[in-house]
Amino acid sequence: MDYVKLINCMRCGMCLPHCPTYKETFLETASPRGRVALVCKVQEGELDKSELLLEYLSMCLDCQACASACPCGVNAGELVAEFTCERRAGAGLGFMEDLILRKLVPHPDRLETSMVPMRLYQRTGLQKLVRKLGILKMFPKPLERMEGLLPALPARPLRREIAEITPATGTERGTVGFFLGCVMSLIFSDASRATIKLLSSLGYKVITPKNQVCCGAPNMLAGDLAGLKEAARTNVEIFGGHRIDFIITDCGGCGAELKKYGHHLDGDLMAEAFSGKTRDISQLLALHVDELRVMLKPLPPKVTYHDPCHIAHCQGIRREPRELLKLVPGLEYRELAEADACCGSAGTYNIEKPEMSDRVLLRKVDNIRKTGADYLVTSNPGCLLQLKKALAVELPSLRVVHLTELLLMSLNA
Amino acid sequence: MDQKFIKELTAIVGNAYTLTDRESLACYKYDSTPGLESLPGAVVLPGSADEMARVMVLCSGAGVSVTPRGSGTNLSGGSIAVAGGIVLQTSRLNRILEADEENLTATVEPGVVTSALHREVEAKGLFYPPDPGSMNISTIGGNVAENSGGLRGLKYGVTADYVMGLKTILPSGELLKTGGKVVKDVAGYNLNQLLVSSEGTLGIFSEITVKLIPKPQTKKTMLVHFPVLEQAALTVSHIIAARIIPATLEFLDRVTIKCVEDYAHVGLPLDVDAVLLIEVDGHPAQVDDEAAGIRVICERHNCSFFQTAATAEEAMNLATARRVALSALARLRPTTILEDATVPRSCIAPMVKLIQETARKYKVTIGTFGHAGDGNLHPTCLTDERDKDEISRAHQAFSEIFAATIAMGGTITGEHGVGMAKKKYLPRLVGDSGIRVMRGIKSVFDPDGILNPGKIF
Repeated sequence: MDYVKLINCMRCGMCLPHCPTYKETFLETASPRGRVALVCKVQEGELDKSELLLEYLSMCLDCQACASACPCGVNAGELVAEFTCERRAGAGLGFMEDLILRKLVPHPDRLETSMVPMRLYQRTGLQKLVRKLGILKMFPKPLERMEGLLPALPARPLRREIAEITPATGTERGTVGFFLGCVMSLIFSDASRATIKLLSSLGYKVITPKNQVCCGAPNMLAGDLAGLKEAARTNVEIFGGHRIDFIITDCGGCGAELKKYGHHLDGDLMAEAFSGKTRDISQLLALHVDELRVMLKPLPPKVTYHDPCHIAHCQGIRREPRELLKLVPGLEYRELAEADACCGSAGTYNIEKPEMSDRVLLRKVDNIRKTGADYLVTSNPGCLLQLKKALAVELPSLRVVHLTELLLMSLNA
Repeated sequence: MDQKFIKELTAIVGNAYTLTDRESLACYKYDSTPGLESLPGAVVLPGSADEMARVMVLCSGAGVSVTPRGSGTNLSGGSIAVAGGIVLQTSRLNRILEADEENLTATVEPGVVTSALHREVEAKGLFYPPDPGSMNISTIGGNVAENSGGLRGLKYGVTADYVMGLKTILPSGELLKTGGKVVKDVAGYNLNQLLVSSEGTLGIFSEITVKLIPKPQTKKTMLVHFPVLEQAALTVSHIIAARIIPATLEFLDRVTIKCVEDYAHVGLPLDVDAVLLIEVDGHPAQVDDEAAGIRVICERHNCSFFQTAATAEEAMNLATARRVALSALARLRPTTILEDATVPRSCIAPMVKLIQETARKYKVTIGTFGHAGDGNLHPTCLTDERDKDEISRAHQAFSEIFAATIAMGGTITGEHGVGMAKKKYLPRLVGDSGIRVMRGIKSVFDPDGILNPGKIF
């Protein structure tokens, strides 16, 4: 860990009002400034890596809102992640981590097969029965929360269904490679289908390599740097085999990770080129506002937008999604208060830290309620899972959709 | 700390809000002041005025010192527990109790964040002008205790000019009520103003009533480039001399401009010596008049570029850019030592020159920005705490700058407070009699010396 990065924090406190956990607790230990201080004091030998210290650090959602706010250029979220990552890397992977990160996630086939029981569980009506009987109450809490988060699964993951080449509609203007996020493909395949449809409608030939693997973000979270680099190398090689102008993703989390491949595989020119070509779908669509203005048809609803952390804070994308929504004729755009504040999903945070996650979520739900919108648009599967579940209960009349789903609705209207 | 004391403390404030573990305490060793740290014995976050009063009674009885803290953005070490004891954080008392539209006052609890009060009253067409650089996180309680200034100080004054009434908990636990909603009040000593800028050494506020004014109808924000530093400084003095009082008249030098532009990307020039950020507000006709007058003065002093913000968003970006100047400067070197020497505003030009010469003499980098319009500059030394020699040269440079400030009829601190950081300079400014009177006042409010010891004198 680079000590200078830690002492660059001048403790001005500008990050505090942007940190979801500080806003909930007012505790310095739950603030970015405090977390940097904790890591710094371990480096200086004043504190040990105690269980309590790691517990405090684990309250960080890693939403990186603090990094967006920091005028000194300190990224507290990343420093905390790096610190905990170093510690975990030293400890090696546990049995379950090894099973999931090495034997399951890098192999899309196995990952998809592992979802089959879940799909059966939903389709056979077993889910309804289990929920009705409250059987889940007998299992550990995290399992119950995990089960509750899952929306109805598509019959087949998108990766199995989608053609490797989707031709452009009309004159071809270019070729893009489509990166299938694991969760997007497994759970939100309709949204990714919409993404591909928009791309082809704009004249892009879309190549979706079937052998691509997980972006590696789960490995990073678990401190498994070797696994992350392996995933990066595989994807760089696969996409490098095609002549493409851009690599497109509709998953904020994947996009943030793909853009860092050049950094992860330092010195690998192919990896650098890969990251350089990577765009979030909103970035590419925003290059075509003139065409879209003609293509999009009226949609009446009131719409608001939630900035996923991985889009706004990690990739600095805020203007494009709003610009695209405002293109839809008749659509009434309503800005969301604290739009770029985390929704509490944060990877597996909502399962690991349910109490804090719920507090952060509640604040988000309140702000959404105040907009009076009919549709909440966002563009990251973690946020979709979290907000769909919460809003189904809190605001049943509101629909939660991915940005490309809403744009496709307008295109087809 | 004594376990029995901790137990009693917990009984008042609750387990969740009494922090005693090493890790938590380590995070309350600091505030925003560079290079100063001290470990408290415990931290409490009371949830009501009653809890605060009971904590004070307990601490007085046990002889434990109490260091009040808002969001910990103090720049003079004011919220550091230099003598140990407990830190009392007021953040949970964060209700805006009332915005009185008939009397034009607002009453708040001490932990209300400054910008939250701005939003609340501006939605009603009212205005609370004090806007310290840290307003998005600083608390009103801290602002009152430090008499915070801000960018709009030139036209609208500082926090003290808006405090009308206070409820203060004394170390004994008694409640002291001073002032209120009346505009005129000459009953006895003006204790309100005595408590403002008392830096948490006399009492802890539990309720604050501030004056509001009608929100200015319109404003214009201007950015002016100057190839020659002294011309910018002279422009400041000449705008004031021309009887134009802008709401904001901010100065940024070359070093600061570069750092701010690196962070904020608002299009600041990298090839000029200084820029002025000027904002005039009020009635539309008056705003137009003043902006035109300012333009003439700037051009007379050879500005190379004069821009008026076209949209509210552009204006806000410029103001934000200035607001982050301090933190942005921290990008260059790990340690930033910020001062707030303040001179009569006619002395801005010689002061700016003196700072530059002193920096050269001691071979240190000093970026200067600040509220030039009210004579309050922020010379900021960019250094590295690990380089002892450079740090010592930085302190020598500031010592010289302070001596010159006092000689010009200025003060050692315009808005950050004396705290720990400027203690040694205070006697030079106020003399023996000044210190004696201050000590006398302190002993009446806090005979046992438990409140924020080690600060001011």
